[in-house]
Amino acid sequence: MAGAQVLKTAEAFPIQALSVSRPRRRVWRGGLLGSEFTWAVAFVIPYAALFLAFVAYPVVYGLWLGGDPELYAELLSDPIYQRTVVNTTLYLAIGVNLKMFGALLLSGFFMRRGWWVKGLLLIYVLPWAMPALPSFISIHWMLNGQWGLINNILWNIFEVDGPGWLETSRWLALGSVIASHIWKWMPFWTVILLAGRMAIPQELYEAAEMDGATGLRRFAHVTFPLLANLYLICTLLSTLFTLGDFNSVYFVSGGGPALSTHVLATLGIRDAFEVARPDLGVAAVMSALPLMIPLVILLMRKLHTTEVQL
Amino acid sequence: MSVEPMDGLPVRRRPRYRLRHNLSEAAALAFAVVVLIWTLTPIYNIVMVALESHGDVFTNEIWPAKPSLESFWIVVTQGYWYLEYFWHQFANSVYIGVATVFLTLAIGSLASFSIGRMRIRHGWLVSNAALLTYVIPASFLAIPFYRIMHIYGLSNNLWSVIAAEVTFATPYAIFIFQQYGVSIPIELDEAARIDGASPAQVYFRIYLPLMAPALVAVGTYALLLAWNEYLYQFLLLSSKQSMTVPVALAQFINSDESPWNYMMATAIIYALPPIAIYYAFRGRMTAGLTMGGVKG
Repeated sequence: MAGAQVLKTAEAFPIQALSVSRPRRRVWRGGLLGSEFTWAVAFVIPYAALFLAFVAYPVVYGLWLGGDPELYAELLSDPIYQRTVVNTTLYLAIGVNLKMFGALLLSGFFMRRGWWVKGLLLIYVLPWAMPALPSFISIHWMLNGQWGLINNILWNIFEVDGPGWLETSRWLALGSVIASHIWKWMPFWTVILLAGRMAIPQELYEAAEMDGATGLRRFAHVTFPLLANLYLICTLLSTLFTLGDFNSVYFVSGGGPALSTHVLATLGIRDAFEVARPDLGVAAVMSALPLMIPLVILLMRKLHTTEVQL
Repeated sequence: MSVEPMDGLPVRRRPRYRLRHNLSEAAALAFAVVVLIWTLTPIYNIVMVALESHGDVFTNEIWPAKPSLESFWIVVTQGYWYLEYFWHQFANSVYIGVATVFLTLAIGSLASFSIGRMRIRHGWLVSNAALLTYVIPASFLAIPFYRIMHIYGLSNNLWSVIAAEVTFATPYAIFIFQQYGVSIPIELDEAARIDGASPAQVYFRIYLPLMAPALVAVGTYALLLAWNEYLYQFLLLSSKQSMTVPVALAQFINSDESPWNYMMATAIIYALPPIAIYYAFRGRMTAGLTMGGVKG
């Protein structure tokens, strides 16, 4: 059951996070008896109630709302939905991979010694430390074609008129959204991968150096094999989180121009609350299940095996 | 490399080594500058617009002609009609944050005590349910969640938001508590049991005090989650008096003549507490745990 906490605690317990978790002994020997069992049940009840009332019930209700097959026929014939599926695919394929690869590179960079590298790391995590909303609103205004900072800089330095990043072209707008997502979330994954790198024993590098492996070869034969599993788990988790990322699209492009940059998460909310078709909104979200279910299964398995392997 | 006299070798190689070292250092610095620009541009933009006057916003300047703190003053004194309930909304955010922290810590620690320490039968079911909740994107549950809050009679009520935040913060709490709990010797529980302590006493007197670092880390995580979250607060809160800061902030965008300078000043005031908390607790987290503001 380690799993997500492997990632979260990685920074704090570099070694422990990647080590074998000890089999736990039964504390209350001989099982729980009488009043002890009552206590144990009483302690779980708050969470069980929370789960049933606010997770299980909504899930079942959602399945019921989006259960009508005709909804899916309606979605598939809708050009906005078709575009949304393409956007979601691009968003995941480009956004997740660029972000994770960048995080891998940067985590290597932040392994360098020196005070200014540490200082840079403190600044670099700022996008993750601050709330999403202010930064995305800022990016939205920064990319304004007429008065935004980016085009003002282009004008002041190169005397060129920049494009209307969010107003004119679907691809420019989608690219801006993906860049904003990477801006916000790459620091988090960098910190996780940095912790993974720091957990690699220094002796391994020393041994590799003795054998003449430096630079890229050192990365290929020492760092990457040891980091590969963590990298894969991070990528899977990040795919799921990116799939559910509402804020980047909603605040940077707002789904525009002309509803061309929606992703499933924002289209579902739009259908449900702006078009007042909650069933259609749930169906849009549920159409991600064929992607989500394998991902979740793979992730859960990976997390279980990781617990004993690393 | 050909064979050189032993004493000639270091003399010949050092300059080349130093050159390579300097080159790599220069490349690293150049890379650092790129990273710095990439990271700081949107943040620079917030600060710049917040310092501008309303007229300056719609110019081609890249630095305000007459920087002033007037926008901040307007926000703090609620001097604009969009901001008439600013401090009230700020208090709502604080209220939701505090309640979320308290409930997440209570529910999460009780459940992990029962699963991890008392080893209740079928406890794995509970932790699997929690893991699943953690992995499923929160935004995908928003539509049915909204409907259900109406059924529960909690629409436009701060408690509906608290329920949502606790629901999505508790799974993380359970993971961390279970992970951290492994490092606390089980013999302590056993000794207390032999001395006749009830499970509740073991929980309060032994488990909670020893879990303090994990409680701090998870509490910070829950606080930041509740403070930063937008979607559920936007859907569940509709009146100006019940809104939180992020919802009020997003309202600006939809107004016709967006007062961007007031909006950015509001954004900075809203962003400062979580940034301060994040940097303040960074040090303590390396001793305890790290947090992940994964769900945004």
